[in-house]
Amino acid sequence: MKRHIISLLMENEAGALSNVSALFSARGFNIESLCVAPTDDASLSRMTLVTTCSESVFEQISKQLNKLIDVVKLMDLTEGDHIEREMMLIKVRAEKEMREEIKRLAEIFRGKIIDVSDNSYVIEMTGDSGKLDAFVHVIPEDHVIEVVRTGVSGIARGVKSLTL
Amino acid sequence: MELSGAEIVVQALKDEGVETIFGYPGGSVLHIYDALFQQDDVKHVLVRHEQGATHAADGYARSTGKPGVVLVTSGPGATNAITGIATAHLDSIPMVVLTGQVPSALIGTDAFQEVDTTGISRPCSKHTFLVKRVEDLAETMRKAFYIATTGRPGPVVVDIPKDITDPSVKIPYEYPRNLKMRSYSPVKKGHLGQIKKAVELIYNAKRPIIYSGGGVVIDNASGSLIDLTRELGVPLTSTLMGLGAYPASDRQFLGMLGMHGNYEANMAMHEADVLIAIGARFDDRVTGHIAHFCPQAKIIHIDIDPSSISKNVSVDIPIVGSVKDVLNDMLRIIREGDRKIDNDGLTSWWERIEAWRGLGCLRYEQSDEVIKPQFAVETLHKVTGGDLYLTSDVGQHQMFAAQFYKFEKPRRWINSGGLGTMGFGLPAAMGVQMAHPDKPVACITGEASILMCIQELATCKQHGLPIKIMLMNNGYMGMVRQWQEMFYEGRYSHSYVDALPDFVELTKSFGHVGMRVTKPSDLEAAMQEAFDRKDELVFLDILIDPTENVYPMIEAGKGHHEMAMSPASKQGGQR
Repeated sequence: MKRHIISLLMENEAGALSNVSALFSARGFNIESLCVAPTDDASLSRMTLVTTCSESVFEQISKQLNKLIDVVKLMDLTEGDHIEREMMLIKVRAEKEMREEIKRLAEIFRGKIIDVSDNSYVIEMTGDSGKLDAFVHVIPEDHVIEVVRTGVSGIARGVKSLTL
Repeated sequence: MELSGAEIVVQALKDEGVETIFGYPGGSVLHIYDALFQQDDVKHVLVRHEQGATHAADGYARSTGKPGVVLVTSGPGATNAITGIATAHLDSIPMVVLTGQVPSALIGTDAFQEVDTTGISRPCSKHTFLVKRVEDLAETMRKAFYIATTGRPGPVVVDIPKDITDPSVKIPYEYPRNLKMRSYSPVKKGHLGQIKKAVELIYNAKRPIIYSGGGVVIDNASGSLIDLTRELGVPLTSTLMGLGAYPASDRQFLGMLGMHGNYEANMAMHEADVLIAIGARFDDRVTGHIAHFCPQAKIIHIDIDPSSISKNVSVDIPIVGSVKDVLNDMLRIIREGDRKIDNDGLTSWWERIEAWRGLGCLRYEQSDEVIKPQFAVETLHKVTGGDLYLTSDVGQHQMFAAQFYKFEKPRRWINSGGLGTMGFGLPAAMGVQMAHPDKPVACITGEASILMCIQELATCKQHGLPIKIMLMNNGYMGMVRQWQEMFYEGRYSHSYVDALPDFVELTKSFGHVGMRVTKPSDLEAAMQEAFDRKDELVFLDILIDPTENVYPMIEAGKGHHEMAMSPASKQGGQR
């Protein structure tokens, strides 16, 4: 079993996203996160999809995705050097001595406090999924109010690219 | 030329060369039906249930290679069509299904006869479109036909909201003939390096076998398959879907393989050292228990769909491309090469195969009292001289027909192999007969299957379709009964239909000819009469032995070498 980050370009059309998500449920493929938005070319959407599976299942996933009419191009980012990032917005309880402590922790993780109330912070943080997991882990469980994550998006290092 | 949306739909059909469509009107498609009414180029066949429309279009497509076209209304019209769409999808049949939709402004409001047609059809079609602007309609129609008929073919659904076809809105029309899609460009030519590797492997094979499937029929590659097989001198077995692509009377043909395949075919698969899979998809009914599948073979797989390759069985030499192109490339390489196929080297392989063949796995016990279904199919073959378009429903009769009707030509055997849709046979035969008005067309069916689309007898009357219906009437859902006998200790749970109609009277009430046959000695004359009545639909209610089982058989979980044989074969059996 290996974690794969699949990047794909698809037609920015109604139903395209459903075609991808329906494929995963219809064929029993596992999907961990999915992140999609239009690109600089408004007719194209870029999707980043994370899945953990065996090599033979991964082969099927990429073939089945390629077979979808809306999918223009596809790439397995984990095949080469790549950068992955995920953004998280986390709302934490911040009262008394914990206000300072949480602020310090956020700084260590290079997070930004973007909302402050009498007894809470909202912290914005970007990084790979492991870093975000680590931050959630260091905040005492009873202080975590809400966690919002975008899912992974990624890009290949160097000149390698996924474009038309 | 300025056309309304409704006129664009009809004009696009003409521009695609569509002559016949199958459909059923309703509120959301009334504009289109009005446009149809005002022209004579596209003929419309009015069915009695939308499932019938899809199967008819499917039969039309299977027997011609041209795309089948369906027109149905929104809501129940679309949902009734789904079974037929899924049937075509699993067997890779080119089809364009036009569904009406409620007006754009009402989508999502749970309007009358509204259903999310693209959502429902997505998992069982090759692609779906929802038309959002009348300006997109012509291009969407072109895309639908292009996608349906290229690559691995399949059904494409075009959902058209009623306002898009508004007759009062006219726009300039030009059909986009040279369509290019950046996201869809199916390969045609196979990789030459891979093809050469495959040829090399075949040269060195001691026990090769060709396993050919429906892809050969779909790609019109029968001629290339015959040439290659004869050039190589190797045995060939076919899937249910591939029957007819290679002439059944040929010595190199081992018959069908798989669950109810021939003993010699399955044993040869089991013992083969090189398997050449051509346009076949390693379906579970073919492979048996996957762990026991072709344990000694290196596998070459030729298929147009990359996702078919190494899906169920891992393959050594994959070749993605059109079956016909790849086979022709193979032939060329073999013929131009200086190496000769070592036919003598295959002698001992053929000796083993002939020994398996000598077992007579299709042997059955003949009777003077009761009609055996195998005998019925053999008689049908005799009466029709093997020259027939035969559609089938699903169950025992389907397997008996596949085993005993020796198909010599492709596109003659028309059955729902992948989805196994009961009710397919009669409407499919309507599509075949529409496409081949002067050819004999028969439907082999069971009393359970035929009742699933019996209403189409009315369509046959209206359109004068002289189909011959061969009902193998055993009073049971035969295949279900067989499994209950074998695996459920004879507890025949709900497999007996206790209130069957009088099929002869039923047929007559639809305005056709009905006849009943009960004795083996009367069968040939009855079938002869049926085919002599060239302009009439004849329904033969053939009462067959209710206890007959389909043999040989690979039970679930077993391998090709573990076939159960018929009692008759066992008795006569010597290795």
